[in-house]
Amino acid sequence: MQSEPLKEKCSAGLKLFCSQLQAIHIDQLERKWITISLLVIGLLVGIMTLDALVDGINPPSKVETIDSASLHLSKEFAEDNLGVHVENGKVIVRMVAGRYSFFPKQISVPAETPVTLRWVSMDVLHGVHIPMTNMSTMIVPGYVAEITTTFPKPGDYPVLCNEYCGLGHNHMWSNIAVIAKEVWATRTSTPAQGGNSHE
Amino acid sequence: MNDAATRKLVLSHLWVAFLAFAVACVLGEYQVLERSGFITALDSPSVYFASVSTHGVLMAFVLTTFFIMGFGYTIATTTLKQPLWNKPLAWLGFWVALVGVVLAAIPLLSGNASVLYTFYPPIVAHVAFYLGATLLVVGSWVWCAIMLVMFLQWKKAHVGEPVPLAMFATTMNALLWLWTSAGVAVEVLFQLIPWSLGWIDTIDPGLARTLFAWTLHPIVYFWLIPAYIAFYVFVPKQAGGYLFSDEMARLAFIVLAVFALPIGFHHLYMDPEQAKGWKLLHAIGTFVVALPTLVTGFTVIASLEIAGRLRGGKGLFGWILSLPWTNTMVLSVILSLLMLIFGGFGGVVNASYAMNAMVHNTAWVPGHFHLIFAGTTIIMYFAVAYYLWPILTKKPLVSNSMALLQLWTWFIGMSVLTTPWHVLGLLGQPRRISTVVYNNLLTLAWKPYEFMMIFGGLILLGSACLFVYVLAKTQFNTSSETCTDELEFAEPIHAVTSLPEWLNHFTLWNKVIAVLMAISFGYPILQFFFMDTTGSSPWGF
Repeated sequence: MQSEPLKEKCSAGLKLFCSQLQAIHIDQLERKWITISLLVIGLLVGIMTLDALVDGINPPSKVETIDSASLHLSKEFAEDNLGVHVENGKVIVRMVAGRYSFFPKQISVPAETPVTLRWVSMDVLHGVHIPMTNMSTMIVPGYVAEITTTFPKPGDYPVLCNEYCGLGHNHMWSNIAVIAKEVWATRTSTPAQGGNSHE
Repeated sequence: MNDAATRKLVLSHLWVAFLAFAVACVLGEYQVLERSGFITALDSPSVYFASVSTHGVLMAFVLTTFFIMGFGYTIATTTLKQPLWNKPLAWLGFWVALVGVVLAAIPLLSGNASVLYTFYPPIVAHVAFYLGATLLVVGSWVWCAIMLVMFLQWKKAHVGEPVPLAMFATTMNALLWLWTSAGVAVEVLFQLIPWSLGWIDTIDPGLARTLFAWTLHPIVYFWLIPAYIAFYVFVPKQAGGYLFSDEMARLAFIVLAVFALPIGFHHLYMDPEQAKGWKLLHAIGTFVVALPTLVTGFTVIASLEIAGRLRGGKGLFGWILSLPWTNTMVLSVILSLLMLIFGGFGGVVNASYAMNAMVHNTAWVPGHFHLIFAGTTIIMYFAVAYYLWPILTKKPLVSNSMALLQLWTWFIGMSVLTTPWHVLGLLGQPRRISTVVYNNLLTLAWKPYEFMMIFGGLILLGSACLFVYVLAKTQFNTSSETCTDELEFAEPIHAVTSLPEWLNHFTLWNKVIAVLMAISFGYPILQFFFMDTTGSSPWGF
């Protein structure tokens, strides 16, 4: 068997490494500092990992592909299917990013309600950020960027492209109105495709 | 460094680096002016983005690579007390890299490569830009080979002896760079060049971004390590003290080189083509790599305290005042550490996984990397230049006080530039816009900060000009004064006489890196060959 000697070799090597590591001269004060550093790093990593694993706080990471060259032929991102929809009680927003705007250019979503935004690019790399919120994602051609967030405060927010996409990049922006939950519910009481919310 | 030929080689590298730096500083000041919108005549996205692309390439690729090569040749020949191995090869590396720079500069300056220095496919640049960048990297690989060969030759001739710390760190940096540059090399050679020539129709931007992320984090450690080398091997001596610990320095360089590599996905936190588990793994690695920096901070400050007390400093903080603040190396390290504290804090915010959403691609990010790269790192490049110049040119520095003024103004300028930049990011300003045209009240809050940045840039430009002036004036001084200074390296408190092989060689760490890279990048790269992806055809800009 080949694996046995390899295993022994590895464990012997590891033992030697550990004993040599312990033999290194490290000043008492420096030991303390390293311990503190490790504790601080451990604390930060712990918070981050717990948030991710327990509360599901993650960056947008749904690995979903799409053909960016034929969005208009796709069912989901065809022109009349864009914008805000209520599906099975959930608010879904479908947006296309293209030089130089986000389409539809004006949408309205309810405040204090989880909203799932699905972004695709029809040309190059874009990024989208709604300032003062955590609605931020890259929009990479060939992929669907999906993010679920809740907007806490009603108001009119700009939707800004934050990735260089060409010489007209400065002009790439649109608007989003975050409307008080109750008001939004009365506006979209008809179970329409949500078309009335982005005239 | 009594060998005139080696001195000429080093000076040639450093001059390319610093001239590129000076040009890029002019562009930088133009950019803050244009961006502020105060002078409407300047308003031009095509000039702005050509300028930003050139500024990034000159600062991040040309200044750093040429400086690191020149510095490495200096360290290798002085610490190993050996002549440079294969001088013609070193010159070949220099010329290949320089031809690459010129080749890339033509499309950059003529507005045919306004894709920023991070490339961003599916926007395509002229093929000469990618070829030039490739040649620059190939030239730097020649340097890596020379460093590795000199390291191995010395070890062969000095069995069991500890490799001098500075050379150990330089060799780790060469190893780091070979691993680092592999990602972007694959992207450029197999994706960008054939695609820009029309040999292939489409490329997958997701794969391209993943490969670039392989390079994007460790490259900053490639730039930073020379500054850390100066921290450990020059600063304690110049301050009049001793290095606190030689072994801990080696450990710090090892952890830095090993853990800088498998963590590139913190640049892709907001990307849709990678899954959250991989991002979290890289996030944890990102925090691990903070450890060697914390250790470095401790060792450097401890070394300074020893020096301060040896110079008669008393009390908890009294030793700080008794440090030689008029020594350019000591002043630089103090200012560098100050910027590292704030820049490091910002870095922790960026690294914090989902929290990154609040600052991703906002003005906060260039604020952060200007503070930590253009501040912490580059001020040490200045310090090294001031230290090396009299040795390389055999003439005394023309004016120490001018050099001190230059360092102070760089620090002040960088503070005035980056503080409002961070604030702009928190106020939601995207980083890569050439001017603000959003019809929104939010933008009114941005104005005063953009105004401040103009002054920051102006101070920095003045400081950069002064830097180049001091170096040129020193070298071309016609006075007959000569300088016979030699490089002096700090002695550790406890001299090392023998070291375990893993603290004295890179072979083990090379294997560890290979395993870590396979774990952290293996599946994330392979997935693109299993998934049903559709590539992008090239787009103009």
